[in-house]
Amino acid sequence: MEAFFFLLLAVVSIFSGLMVILQKSPVASVLFLVLTLVCVAALFVMLSAPFIAAIQVIIYAGAIMVLFLFVLMLLNLQRFTEGAWSRFQITGVVVAAVLAVVTALLLRAVPLPADSGFLRETPGLGSVEAVGLSLFTEYLLPFEIASFLLLAGIIGAVILSRRRP
Amino acid sequence: MDLSRFNLITIATPLVLGAGVLLVMLVDLLSGRANRRPAQLAALAVVLAAAAVCLATWNTGGVSFFGQVSGDGFASFFNLIFLAVAFLVILAGPAYLERNAIHFGEYYSLVLVSVMGMAFMAAGTNLLVIFLGLETMSLALYVLAGFNPARQSSNEASLKYLLLGSFATGFLVFGIALVYGQIGSTDLARFSAYLAGAGDPFAGYMGAGVALLLIGLTFKMAVVPFHFWSPDVYDGAPTVVSAFMSAAPKAAAFAAALRIFYAPAESLGLPWERILWILAALTMTVGNLSALNQASIKRMLAYSSVAHAGYLLLGILAGNELGAAGILFYLASYVFMNVGAFTVAWMVNRRGEGRYDLGDFAQLGFRRPLLAAMMSVFMLGLIGIPPLAGFFGKLYVFTAAVQAGYVWLVVIAVLNSAVSVFYYLRVMVIMYMRENEALKDVDRIPATFAAVAACALMVILLGLIPGSVLDVARAAVASMP
Amino acid sequence: MIPTSLTPYLPLLISVIYTAGVVGFVFLFVLFANWWERKVSAHMQDRLGPMETGGWHGWAQALADAIKLLLKEDIIPAAADRKLFKLAPYVVFTGSLAGFAVIPFGAGLIGTDLNIGLFYVVAVSSMVVIGILMAGWASNNKWALYGAMRSAAQMVSYEIPVALSLLIPVIMTGSLSMQEIVAAQEGGFWHWFVFRSAPFSLIAFVIYFWASLAEVNRTPFDIPEADSELVAGYFTEYSGMRFAMFFLAEYGNMFIVSAIAATVFLGGWQPLLPALDFIPGPIWFVGKAMFLVFIQMWLRWTLPRLRVDQLMHVCWKIFMPFAFANLMLVGLWQVLVQ
Repeated sequence: MEAFFFLLLAVVSIFSGLMVILQKSPVASVLFLVLTLVCVAALFVMLSAPFIAAIQVIIYAGAIMVLFLFVLMLLNLQRFTEGAWSRFQITGVVVAAVLAVVTALLLRAVPLPADSGFLRETPGLGSVEAVGLSLFTEYLLPFEIASFLLLAGIIGAVILSRRRP
Repeated sequence: MDLSRFNLITIATPLVLGAGVLLVMLVDLLSGRANRRPAQLAALAVVLAAAAVCLATWNTGGVSFFGQVSGDGFASFFNLIFLAVAFLVILAGPAYLERNAIHFGEYYSLVLVSVMGMAFMAAGTNLLVIFLGLETMSLALYVLAGFNPARQSSNEASLKYLLLGSFATGFLVFGIALVYGQIGSTDLARFSAYLAGAGDPFAGYMGAGVALLLIGLTFKMAVVPFHFWSPDVYDGAPTVVSAFMSAAPKAAAFAAALRIFYAPAESLGLPWERILWILAALTMTVGNLSALNQASIKRMLAYSSVAHAGYLLLGILAGNELGAAGILFYLASYVFMNVGAFTVAWMVNRRGEGRYDLGDFAQLGFRRPLLAAMMSVFMLGLIGIPPLAGFFGKLYVFTAAVQAGYVWLVVIAVLNSAVSVFYYLRVMVIMYMRENEALKDVDRIPATFAAVAACALMVILLGLIPGSVLDVARAAVASMP
Repeated sequence: MIPTSLTPYLPLLISVIYTAGVVGFVFLFVLFANWWERKVSAHMQDRLGPMETGGWHGWAQALADAIKLLLKEDIIPAAADRKLFKLAPYVVFTGSLAGFAVIPFGAGLIGTDLNIGLFYVVAVSSMVVIGILMAGWASNNKWALYGAMRSAAQMVSYEIPVALSLLIPVIMTGSLSMQEIVAAQEGGFWHWFVFRSAPFSLIAFVIYFWASLAEVNRTPFDIPEADSELVAGYFTEYSGMRFAMFFLAEYGNMFIVSAIAATVFLGGWQPLLPALDFIPGPIWFVGKAMFLVFIQMWLRWTLPRLRVDQLMHVCWKIFMPFAFANLMLVGLWQVLVQ
């Protein structure tokens, strides 16, 4: 049962991930990205990390992707109308193929660590309590640095969106 | 709760900077629409306060915050470098910003928040902290690169830097994820223990993880083949920002690289040695050869900074104490030369922002002898002429590489230095020998002049007392956990 | 008796029955609320509203409307993006209906008592925005697009004060589970969170209620479907069955936000006084939620619509600072008291 759902989610997320880059219409791309993110959230649920899953949906699917859509609609981008394959697309396909081969070789050379142990050290790893506790003890400093990262982003947004004199 | 785990001394300097960001924003808000002077003064005060705190807490921190940061001498040394750069660009900046009508208070808060990110890159003993520091630094830099929205090249620089930088960040994060997948931790202590203890340190995901980490960091250092952004970004960005970008982030990237790779250097296996070897050789050569034929001083300096990243890689490759200490010394002198050179470049620019022609320097030696002399100091320092600081930086790094057995690479580096003489000296030739092209005079800007003079003084001073500075650098390296 | 061979399937059977019950409840609620809103608006304007259909006070009016909608032609504009246009109502409706899974109607009457229940509701309701944007974009109509964009901006902004004020009962309970939040408010209305650690939780309740009005696009925050300027906002082009789905989702969301407010601030299915516990929990719960729904209708026919800039101003410059300060103070209060 678990394997079935995992495979289903994996296939759907990979398929929609591919559709993100294969779609001509940017809006459709974003919507497929939403689907990918929701699938990843579902995978988090299967890893018994429902909190992370909810955060994933709220932040990525619910907020960031909505802003993506928002901007796309503001810009009113039409479909990309490139007829023939451009030089960049060919390069991209070649690079992607090479990367895929390298990744496949890597995965074959290295058996997936089915039970490397460290994920099982803490039961309830993905629960709200565990996430909160590690966020405010062990990872307090990164957490606070991230807030300054966001501050830098806000200052940047203010600067870049300033009305031209 | 055990509060001793949160030792604020370890992060005292970035903490002051973080508070300073908020203070500067507040001061800027309260000081009215037209007046940016209070924000500048506040920013200078913050940098000085941070420097004072940095000196007061020199090598007293130790590892804290659950092993996330280490407030050791290494972090303090780098913090001082970053703060010096910040001080100089904040001191010199207003004149440039006024000239281009882009004098906004956010310039100061962005510089400070960026320096704060760098401080965490230098102090981080956990890949997460290093990553977040790098992102904080970069995000501020992306915005600073596009600080002149009226100019298309500035927008282009910002966008290019953002897109490529985010891509590089992706590599870094993926590398961190793979390392975590292999050892179950992002802690650098666990990382180096694993590398030292494992039979084949790069088995499993470690090989790919370390490779991706390396790509992420070398991008920020502008190492060939990840250097393509740097000439365009340095060229398009406002020149005060270029001065800042070419100096401090490079130092921060090397600080992070030393944090990650210095300890397990002896266990860096053969393939990694070869990769670094090739990267270093390529970076020096491509950087120098590209710099040869640049008409714009900004692009020339950009390629020169690529070349210097190549020299610096020798120190990482050497992997010994002298190599690491040499990098510290090298960076301490390099940032002053670069900030100085970029600042002089915009001071003498008389054809408008779009053109930074080497011809601007014509006859500078007769019209503004002092400025020309200082520019000469920077150029000679970048070549590495004794007794200037640049010489000793190269000397230490090259010696370390020879000690570690990389004789051929050092030969390449020396040959490259010889090549670089050509384009650095060309600036001096133009300053002292080319006829005047009836250009308008160079403005006299006391504060900026003072900043350039400070740079020149530091380049000379570090060349006079290289031994004692190197001792400090050695102690800093030794204090790393 | 149920044969033993079927017992493994019993939980599945129960959840299917429960789900069907909830869907039925939503339909009934929407029919009722639609009629009720008409009556409320009519009486507020000194009219009578529907009086004919079905006899007594036009009780079957909503039913008749529903049948009419189901029988109407389903029109898809020629210029529309057909796939997205068809998909959008389902996304909106699913997002709305999914929220009901964790609404605690009574002591044991809950779809699933997730330990992140409250977070789950916020998450699924944030998916509604995607559906609305899809609808607005796919319609290929300027009013629909404007409506969708206004709606997206509004919902994304107002999600923050909503989430921040919902955190306050969570801090007071120490759990995100809906049933545990309800259980923590046992024993009379003075134990309800809205009256406990006042004034913080009261402020949180007020902020939640107002911000949730914007979340569900109700007056005074109904600019996304402001009919005087945008025809009908993002579902201008929809008709028939698909229109009905948007309609269901709208009213369903109205109930959900009221139900959440009732759960986390007004004691959920707990009775007003301990002595009144002979009245079953579900009646208390639905009663409280319906009371809040009524207030929503009341406000709709009382207050004028805000302008877009006023709307953003209210959210970012009034609700947000208050919600943040409130959250900090409640945290401080909890630390000091315990």
